[in-house]
Amino acid sequence: MTAKYALRFASLGYLALLLVAPLGFIFWRTFEHGVGPVWAAVTTPDALHALKVTLVLTAIAVPANTIFGVLCALAIVRHRYPGSGIVNAVVDLPLALSPVVVGLALLLLYGRGGWLGGHGIVFALPGMVLATIFVSLPFVVREVVPVLREIGTEQEQAAATLGASALQTFRRVTWPAIRWATAYGVVLTTARALGEFGAVSVVSGRLAGQTESLTLYVQDRYQSFDTTGAYAAAVVLALLAMATLLLMTRLRPKEGIQ
Amino acid sequence: MISARGIVKRFGDFIALDDVSVDVPTGSLTALLGPSGSGKSTLLRVIAGLEQPDAGEVSLDGEDVTRRPPQSRGVGFVFQHYAAFKHLTVWDNVAFGLTIRRRPRREIEQRVSELLDLVQLTGLAKRYPAQLSGGQRQRMGLARALAVDPTVLLLDEPFGALDARVRKELRLWLRRLHDETHTTTVIVTHDQEEAMEVADRVVVMNGGRVEQTAPPRELYDHPANEFVMSFVGPVNRLGDTFIRPHDVELLLEPNGSTQETMVQRLVHLGFEVRVELVRDDGETLSAQLTREQVEALELQSGQIVYVRPTRQTVFSD
Amino acid sequence: MAANAEALSAAPAARRSLAPGLSIGLSTVYLSVIVLLPLAALGWKAHGWGAVSTPQATAALKLTLGLSLVVALVNAVAGTAIAWTLVRDRFAGQGLVNALVDLPFALPTIVAGLTLLALYGPKSPVGINAAFTRWGLLLALLFVTLPFVVRTVQPVLFELDRELEDAAASLGAGRFTTFLRIIFPSILPAVLSGAALAFARAVGEFGAVVLMSGNLPFKTEVVSVYVFGRLESGDSGGAAAASVVILLTSFGVLLAIGALRRWVTRHDR
Repeated sequence: MTAKYALRFASLGYLALLLVAPLGFIFWRTFEHGVGPVWAAVTTPDALHALKVTLVLTAIAVPANTIFGVLCALAIVRHRYPGSGIVNAVVDLPLALSPVVVGLALLLLYGRGGWLGGHGIVFALPGMVLATIFVSLPFVVREVVPVLREIGTEQEQAAATLGASALQTFRRVTWPAIRWATAYGVVLTTARALGEFGAVSVVSGRLAGQTESLTLYVQDRYQSFDTTGAYAAAVVLALLAMATLLLMTRLRPKEGIQ
Repeated sequence: MISARGIVKRFGDFIALDDVSVDVPTGSLTALLGPSGSGKSTLLRVIAGLEQPDAGEVSLDGEDVTRRPPQSRGVGFVFQHYAAFKHLTVWDNVAFGLTIRRRPRREIEQRVSELLDLVQLTGLAKRYPAQLSGGQRQRMGLARALAVDPTVLLLDEPFGALDARVRKELRLWLRRLHDETHTTTVIVTHDQEEAMEVADRVVVMNGGRVEQTAPPRELYDHPANEFVMSFVGPVNRLGDTFIRPHDVELLLEPNGSTQETMVQRLVHLGFEVRVELVRDDGETLSAQLTREQVEALELQSGQIVYVRPTRQTVFSD
Repeated sequence: MAANAEALSAAPAARRSLAPGLSIGLSTVYLSVIVLLPLAALGWKAHGWGAVSTPQATAALKLTLGLSLVVALVNAVAGTAIAWTLVRDRFAGQGLVNALVDLPFALPTIVAGLTLLALYGPKSPVGINAAFTRWGLLLALLFVTLPFVVRTVQPVLFELDRELEDAAASLGAGRFTTFLRIIFPSILPAVLSGAALAFARAVGEFGAVVLMSGNLPFKTEVVSVYVFGRLESGDSGGAAAASVVILLTSFGVLLAIGALRRWVTRHDR
């Protein structure tokens, strides 16, 4: 019996020391002197611009990856074609690559001297958009593929024998089956897009007030010894993360606890 | 000798066992028979120590083992869905109990070979459970349970997951095995045919209680109540009277106490024929006749015949 | 009647045949433009292989691989323990703890690094200063890789047939023996999968370590930071070369873990 309590204590202790304590501490430190200084730090022009940049990046990357994600999942599962295995593997690549490497690859492609270079993509917003799309690409696909596999084609075939077109079948049969998985994938994509740092850092040139996302802004403030500004921006991001976490918990496919 | 006295077991509000007492004589093969929810599996698990009763005692050979964990009761348990250790070969599965007791290798090798021969799985020793059929997996389960020389062998619906033909084969095989080894055995089943065919004694359970304990023949011929009678075989019920289909005599002419019925349907089941009859008042009856009898009477659907029971039972409350 | 049926089935068939072409075509183009093209440019432009064998680069590679293996191992143990606590144990607030495990997935890496630095850095209220040390790096990497093993092991543990444990008990196995011989082999493939994911993530991590590491070459410079440094110095070729090397190396490790996993589950086929 004591083994059970020891394990519980060890697991919860690990989580507390690694996750809860640091996060709790930073919230405490940030609001130590009240909400005023925090609000001021977060509403400076640079900070607001950084927030806007982050939101724009997310607003473009998430819908793009969602539409791609559903199409790609359909392609992989329903239309087994030569190379669908490779496509499956390529989709997983962004998860295995260091964000810095991603940024570098984009830089080499679209930067000065690159194959598609010189069109104002890097060191500007377009490059950051591409980077954000790259890193948050896999999530919708990965969530929808297993659901598509599990529900099988019988219902869709039934719809076809009843005269439904491809679009009707998708709208009335396939989509209702995959919409929660898609929603969960969207939440994961959003979290990744909001939090992207490394790739965007390389590709953006980090020009404050122009090509800084909120994550880059946090680093910038910290390295300028403006811990208040850094913590305040970090807290905004942390709050966004917790909202995302809440949605993740609600939408997560049910499995795994008593 | 297994003795369970006054066992009570609740799962939340549900009473699985309601003051159940059962004795299993040493060396016998006893069946716990009943419908789903009757408590038979729960009783088996209580005897094995896989469940703790809320009240009552379990003794094995006179020793009170109620508070003992399953590890030290010396029981062998065989599961309906085999509980095969997927990551171990057939050999390692059977050897498991001996391996963890750190028996010498020579001893393990001898015992496992012996058992694999006994259950006829010798050539499959190096295979994994995933590569075996259901029947083979269950034979492996049996060999595994027998490997540690249990004083008592408990089988929980062991053939429930297998198809009909394999079930019948393994049933006979189990009976022959028991005749050879004489290990005290308890088998849980919801299949009355299985219980009647295999067991020396049958404990009929229903709703957490024991309805009757008797050898199969006595159970069939002298059921204690309506439930037992209908559970162990097909039965016709006319008011308070119960008549077995094979105790229904069919005559072409009325004769004193006979009743008039009409033949609704003849169902030919190989050697036997089930004759479905209906009375004027709508009550239905079924009679079981041989092919010859049906041909001799020239029975046809729609025909009027006269029936009387050669034997009937009434239960007094 | 027959003519109608034909007409009915012909039209949808024609429309249906567009759908595969559309989804396959669009997704392939999207993937190629977004993912494959940039990676091709990376491979093509990688030169300065001499730069990859400098002492500094080699040190960064060794440090990264070493740390990532340690992280994978620690996660294998801690992740399994946490998964066990979430599946087999029962206590108030369990749902909250379960949700918490996903926090590293949701939290931006730079914020993760910052929070760890706040509590365990130069201005630490508990006197632990791990900044600019390998311990600090370890901490940051453990933070971001926390969910992987937990989430791969949880469903397996949940689905585990309790009857197997009953069978082992009836055969005389105590709780520890049952864990060692029955439960552990069943969850091992999941542990390996999770550890592989944790390894891959740790190798590439940047945001969580960039503040913590201080970029001290030979001491706390991991490959992602090294690559960034090469880039800042204008040596994009060298940066690309180092990227390719670490990609290939971690790919090799992942293949090895995958092979191990397949060997462990050989009995399922």
